[in-house]
This record gives sequence, C-alpha cells and structure tokens, in this order.
Amino acid sequence: MADLQQFIEGRLPIIWESVVQTFQMVSISLLFSVLIGLPLGVLLILTRPGNALENRVVYQILNVVVNIIRSIPFIILLFFILPFTKLLVGTSIGIKGAIVPLIVHAAPNIARLMENALLEVDSGVIEAYKSMGIRTRHIIWHVLLREARPSIILGLTIAVISLIGGTAMAGLVGAGGLGDLAYRFGHLRYEVDVMYVTVFILIVLVQCLQSIGNRLAAKYKRD
Amino acid sequence: MIKLSNVSKSFHTKKGIIHAIDDVSLEVKKGEIFGVIGYSGAGKSTLIRCVNLLEVPTSGSVVIKDRDVTHLPAEELLQVRRKIGMIFQGFNLLKTANVYDNIAIPLRLTEVDKQELHERVTKYLQIVGLADKHDAYPGQLSGGQKQRVAIARALVQEPEILLSDEATSALDPETTESILELLLKINKELGITIMLITHEMNVIQKICDRVAVMEKGKVIEQGRTVDIYSKATHPTTKRFVNSTYCKELPKAVLRELGQTGRVVRLSFVGESTSKPVLASVSAKFPVSPNILAGGIIQLKQETIGALVVHLHGEPAETEKAIAYLQEQGVMVEGVEIPNG
Repeated sequence: MADLQQFIEGRLPIIWESVVQTFQMVSISLLFSVLIGLPLGVLLILTRPGNALENRVVYQILNVVVNIIRSIPFIILLFFILPFTKLLVGTSIGIKGAIVPLIVHAAPNIARLMENALLEVDSGVIEAYKSMGIRTRHIIWHVLLREARPSIILGLTIAVISLIGGTAMAGLVGAGGLGDLAYRFGHLRYEVDVMYVTVFILIVLVQCLQSIGNRLAAKYKRD
Repeated sequence: MIKLSNVSKSFHTKKGIIHAIDDVSLEVKKGEIFGVIGYSGAGKSTLIRCVNLLEVPTSGSVVIKDRDVTHLPAEELLQVRRKIGMIFQGFNLLKTANVYDNIAIPLRLTEVDKQELHERVTKYLQIVGLADKHDAYPGQLSGGQKQRVAIARALVQEPEILLSDEATSALDPETTESILELLLKINKELGITIMLITHEMNVIQKICDRVAVMEKGKVIEQGRTVDIYSKATHPTTKRFVNSTYCKELPKAVLRELGQTGRVVRLSFVGESTSKPVLASVSAKFPVSPNILAGGIIQLKQETIGALVVHLHGEPAETEKAIAYLQEQGVMVEGVEIPNG
C-alpha cells in the first residue's frame, strides 16, 4: 500500500500533466490538419477527371505533394522541417514546436482519408442534384460531405489515433506528452510502473476514440 | 418543347474516339410522352443527358421552349435545369436523409421560402402516394417507393419537363406498371411533358405517344407509337415490336411450313381489328390459314393486334389472299424463312 501511495503522490501529477500535453497537441493539430486536409480532400475529388473542377495539373500536383509528405516518417519530418517550424511559430521546441510538424504530417493523411471517404459517394446522386440546377458549392456541402459523413468520421478516427502516435515522438523536441513520459521515466529511469500506466492510458484512450467514432458513423449511416 | 437538331456527341477514350450520338434530330411536343428505345450502348442515355446539358453536345443544338440552351452561361443553365426534372434507374436519393428532406433539400438550396416549401413537399408526397412515409429513410423503402420519392423530388421544383433515364429498368414488372401509371398521371394531371429512355418495349407500349428507335448513336426510325407497331421497317424496330407479343417462332417450324405455303405477319389496327377477315380468306380462296402465334396489345391510345399465320395453299392463290387481306386494311408482312 505504501508503494501505491508513494506512486500516486510522486508520479500522478506528472502523468496527469503528460495526458494534458498529449490532449493539447492532439486537439490543436487535429483542428488545423482538418482545416487543411478536408478542403484538400475535396479539391482532390473535384479536380479528378470527369468532376466539377476537372484539372489534371492541379490534381497531379496535389497528388504528388500529398504522397511525398506521406512517405516521410514523422520522426524524420520533425527534424527535416525544423527551420520551417521556427519561421512559422518562432520556436522549434515545446508544444508549439511539435504542433507544426504534427499538422504537416497529419494534413496530407487526412486529405487522403477524406478523398477516399468522398469517393464512396455515388456519382449518380451528385448528378441528380446537378440536374436539379443546384450550385456546385451547395452540392459539395449538402450532398458530397453529407453523404460521406459516416466514412469521414471513421477516417478522422484513424487520423486522431495516428496523431496520438505522432505526439509520442514529440518529446524529442521537448513537447512532453505520454510518449515522452514513458521514455524518460519508464525507459531511462527503469520505472516500469510509469511505463505500464502510460501504456494502459493509451490503450483506453484509443479504445474509447474508436468506439465513439464507430458509434457516430453508425448514427449517420442510414442503410 | 424540346428540340434536338443534328446533335452529336463523341467521347475521347484510351481506345480512341467514341461517337455516342451521331447527328440526331428529334422534337418532343408539349404535353406528350416521348420515348426513346434502344439496346444498351445505343446512345440513348447520352442523348437524354444532352437535353439538360449534363452532357454538352459536340455539335448540334438543344432548344428548350424556343430557346437555344446549348451554350448558356453557368448561371442561366442552373435556371433552365430547375425547370427540367430528371429521374434515374438508380433512384439517386440521399441515403442519409429521410424522405421529407430528400424532397425538401433541392428547395432549400434554391431559396424557396419555408411556408411554400412545406406545402410543396406535402403536395408532391401526396401525388406520389407516400404521405405516410415522410420520415422513413431510403434504406427502409422498396425500389418502387424509392422511385416515387425520386419522382416527387423531381416534381417539387415544378418543372415543365420530366426526363426519365431508365426509371423502371431496376424494378419488377408489377412495380414497373405502377410507376408507369404514376408517370401517366403526372403527364395528364400536371401537364408535364415527359421524355423517357428505355430498353423495354412495354414501357413504350403503355405510355408513349411517340417513339424514336436508336441504334449505334443514330435514330433509325421514329413516329407515333401505333405506326411503329404496325409499320416498322427497320429490323431492330421489328425486333423490339416482336418482343411485346409473339416470341420468335422456332426456325425448324418455319422451314417446314415454308414448303407448303407462306408464313405472314398480320397487323390489325383500329377498324380492321373487328372484322373476321381470316374466316373470309378461307371462304373466298382455296387457302387455309393456320394461326401460329398472336396477341392483342393495348397501346396508350389504340388497340393493335398481330397474328403470325401460315397460309396453306398454292402460291398463286396465297398471293391473291394476301392482296385481299391488304384491301381489308390489314398490314401484311412476310416472315423470313431462315435457310440451313
């Protein structure tokens, strides 16, 4: 019992702090990467051959850029874009310094996930609304995104979970978070208890997120 | 109402240029139901999509209500499309919206005020007979009900023209029947001009006033439905017509009968339907008619009968009998005897 008491008093505040840091990094970078990734995904769809804004050049450029960024592992990306990070937020360390590479990493990922989600929408439905004289921007919002909602939600669930994985490496630039905690205390200091707790928290977190995602998707799916 | 003049449409594909429609001209008059029939790949789907410019013709013009709409600016095209409803083989409803919203969304997106929106949605739900299903989702409806929702959605913008792209092809015969009746009702009671495409002759037979037959991107024959039924000249048209009544006769039977007389197809339209002409043939000539196949079908306006008859007798006598039948207003056409 004494051990537990000691653990709670000694390590719980640090663990809690790490959870908060992880949440901060995930939520802020998620917000921005959706703001960038979703429109990119829509653009990827619209510029495809045969669609409303068909444009081979734009589509190919987007396609290649998304592929290039997606092929760089996050841990490399983190250091690769250090100068860019510094230019953008004035620092390359701490939570601020981690969020920029997280966004750069997640946005193209989300763009691809959104593209896939939107591809599932039956082109006949879009055509039906086109035939009714509905404006393209209305079709995007009220038909394309609406019909793709279940797949969009599932795609975002995947994106969030992979962001959590990304934040684990953010410790390398001093951003803290659960990954950093497990590394510093669990690995460097041989405090396996901290390691176990961290892993447990991560498992619970991912399980909860996936269940929420599945439920929301099911709620919007009506067939 | 709709006038297509010398419309052609070609697509560039990896395999080369495909001429989906090749110099097609036709006119759909106000208030009529006009059918385009053809086998798959004949270009009829591309043709109907040219009417509301979902496909822009490579050449030729599309005139709607005396206005050339072929190359309208985007904004004006939206307005034109709002007055042309369209229904599809695959229904194309929003899966994530209930019946009411499926019908209401086009109105919400075209700035119709709330009061009127509700009135119109209710009105058209009533017309298609789904007033009690307003909060069901498409996934809970049968194919026929989905098509009714799609029809209500097409009508809610109060168009003057309804385009139907194989609207009954995914439905069973009974449901097809009820959807056709609904289309007839819409045509009669709301005065909406309908242009439809189909590969099923019974759709043409039941509701079309006039029909065009398409093959390989061209219109090979067009005219009033009754004329197409009784006076078809093109082999493809004849095949479509025959598909409604008698099945093709077995080749062996035809060959055998061909040796003892002639096999002819008789079509009876209007007055000639009621005269006992075959009986008088056997009374007047040494020829005995033997009925091989036949039937009577009800077109939208007229009744038409067809018989395939073997005229057993000497060649000279059978020729006289045929001439007599023609005098009586019966359309006579020889059935080809296949060789070998």
